[in-house]
Amino acid sequence: MLELTRSKPIQPIGEKPGQQSVWTRWRKRLRKNATRLLMAAPAVIWIFLFSYIPMFGLVIAFQDYRFDKGIFGSTWVGLQNFRFLVSTEDGFRMTFNTLFMNGLFIITNTVASITVAILLYRIQRRFVTRFYQATMFFPYFISWVIVQAFVFALLNSDTGLINQQLTRMGADPVQWYSSPEHWRWILTVANLWKSVGFWSIVYFAGMMAISPELYEAAQVDGANGWQQTLYITLPLLVPLVIINVLLSIGRIFYADFGLFYIVTRDQGLLYKTTDVIDTYVFRGLQRTGKIGMASAAGFYQAVVGFVLVFLSNWIVRRIDPDRSLF
Amino acid sequence: MIRAHSSWSYKAKGFLGEGFIHVILALIGLLCVLPLIFTVSASFSEEKDIALYGYALIPRSFTTFAYDYLLRVPGQILRAYGVTSFITAVGSGLGLLMMSLVAYVISRPDFPFRKQLSFYIFFTLLFNGGLVPWYIWLTQGLHLKDSVWALILPYLVVPWYVLLLRTYFASLPQELLDAALIDGAGEWRIFFKIVLPLSTSSLATVGLFLVLMYWNDWWLAMLYIDNHNLEPLQYMLYRILTNIRAMEASPQATGMTPPVWTVRMAMAVLATGPAALVFLLVQRYFIRGVTIGALK
Repeated sequence: MLELTRSKPIQPIGEKPGQQSVWTRWRKRLRKNATRLLMAAPAVIWIFLFSYIPMFGLVIAFQDYRFDKGIFGSTWVGLQNFRFLVSTEDGFRMTFNTLFMNGLFIITNTVASITVAILLYRIQRRFVTRFYQATMFFPYFISWVIVQAFVFALLNSDTGLINQQLTRMGADPVQWYSSPEHWRWILTVANLWKSVGFWSIVYFAGMMAISPELYEAAQVDGANGWQQTLYITLPLLVPLVIINVLLSIGRIFYADFGLFYIVTRDQGLLYKTTDVIDTYVFRGLQRTGKIGMASAAGFYQAVVGFVLVFLSNWIVRRIDPDRSLF
Repeated sequence: MIRAHSSWSYKAKGFLGEGFIHVILALIGLLCVLPLIFTVSASFSEEKDIALYGYALIPRSFTTFAYDYLLRVPGQILRAYGVTSFITAVGSGLGLLMMSLVAYVISRPDFPFRKQLSFYIFFTLLFNGGLVPWYIWLTQGLHLKDSVWALILPYLVVPWYVLLLRTYFASLPQELLDAALIDGAGEWRIFFKIVLPLSTSSLATVGLFLVLMYWNDWWLAMLYIDNHNLEPLQYMLYRILTNIRAMEASPQATGMTPPVWTVRMAMAVLATGPAALVFLLVQRYFIRGVTIGALK
């Protein structure tokens, strides 16, 4: 603050104005912004401790890591962990499941939430819109643990609602928790249930930003409601949809751990369709003790995930620089 | 940005008229809250009714037995409530402060290191070390295993919310802040007396997202907490829901068969209840937060 009121910066002896060394300039900038740097310090230190240091830990993918020996004492084994990962079917299975399920989620979420947003947009009374939005947004705030309870109440073999209905109709009950073939759509429905409210609010906001004059002009030309939706609302929504889909594709290598681990109750019989990279890494770390393969899978996820996030943001930046991360 | 468009007539007619739209939306809305109604209903049902007839929308017989059973020896639940309340209060308070401080700094156009600092923060969104190194560092390096701080520290700074807060702060009239600076106000004063009071609704939005993140968290406990006394509510619920033995092993169960189904549901109601109430009271903040975040 003092610096601002000073008419002339004080020059160190022996230096002419305009010929300051880089070091002096930096020192001055640092001193001038000392308070701000202090304000940023807690978050900066936190990020270093909790985000940057673990990045260096990625090297354990090339070690035979042992908790008792630590990162500096464990033996280096080169690509052995990766060779193991490729030699089993796990590597392919979890990659396929992650990409396939996330792909399915992106498509279903986008289609369903745009549909809901259009319906919301066509309602005249804003108060009712808000009521619908609130009910649909509600599942977003329910933890996967509770969602798991709902799913279990529907699907368990004894008292499950669905099996009871099946028996009542004379059909055979299904052992849901040992039939992997059903879980692609069960998880899709669970994911949709939880996130359709969120995404429909996003797209509804996009629609509200469209200028009413366009609709007025269309009405003068005699376009009816659905024609207006088809020729004005949807085309003008396309950039927002493209950006959101691109950002989701950037995250396609990261699965929602709660959905795939908790909702499936970590049933081994379901792994064929439900084991994703995140659940595999977690099991290796905490349950089966295969740290080597877990860290190899984690390394693979970090590298490929980085490339995808980087590429998607790079494309998004070309469309709308404000929405890109860099 | 948001305009009510009731002034221009935008009528839905015919087969897909407004009435039909209401029916569809009401059905979807109902599907979204139905599981919760079933859960509440089951928690007030008789155990044998559920075993015989399954879940029902309205309990066949009304009883508070499951709640009595859970609350007879309330130690475990009260402790979990205590842990959850503590981590939620401390975590969201501290996190909001740290994030708004750094967001304020990088929102100032005359801060010379804003580019470097922003990159430093947002690079962590592009790249991270993943679960295994993170887990090893927190347990072996920071010794957070079985510490209540393991439930708080890892979520303190969320880069997405820093991004959101920076956008909010950058939209404040910067001339006002510059004027205060010239008048001799220090950075702390400007931050606490001008920036924060002018952004209460944005802070409320981010704060509420933080509250829900901490309240609903089971992930950190699953990784770092083995001591049952330090368990937050959601993780305790997870153990009880996925493992009947967790319930039977508790001293309350001695001498009687535990009512498994109704107790599970009552537990779910107790764990969700406060969060659901908060949501009902403040959902417009959430909706506004998502709306602003959607268009930025």
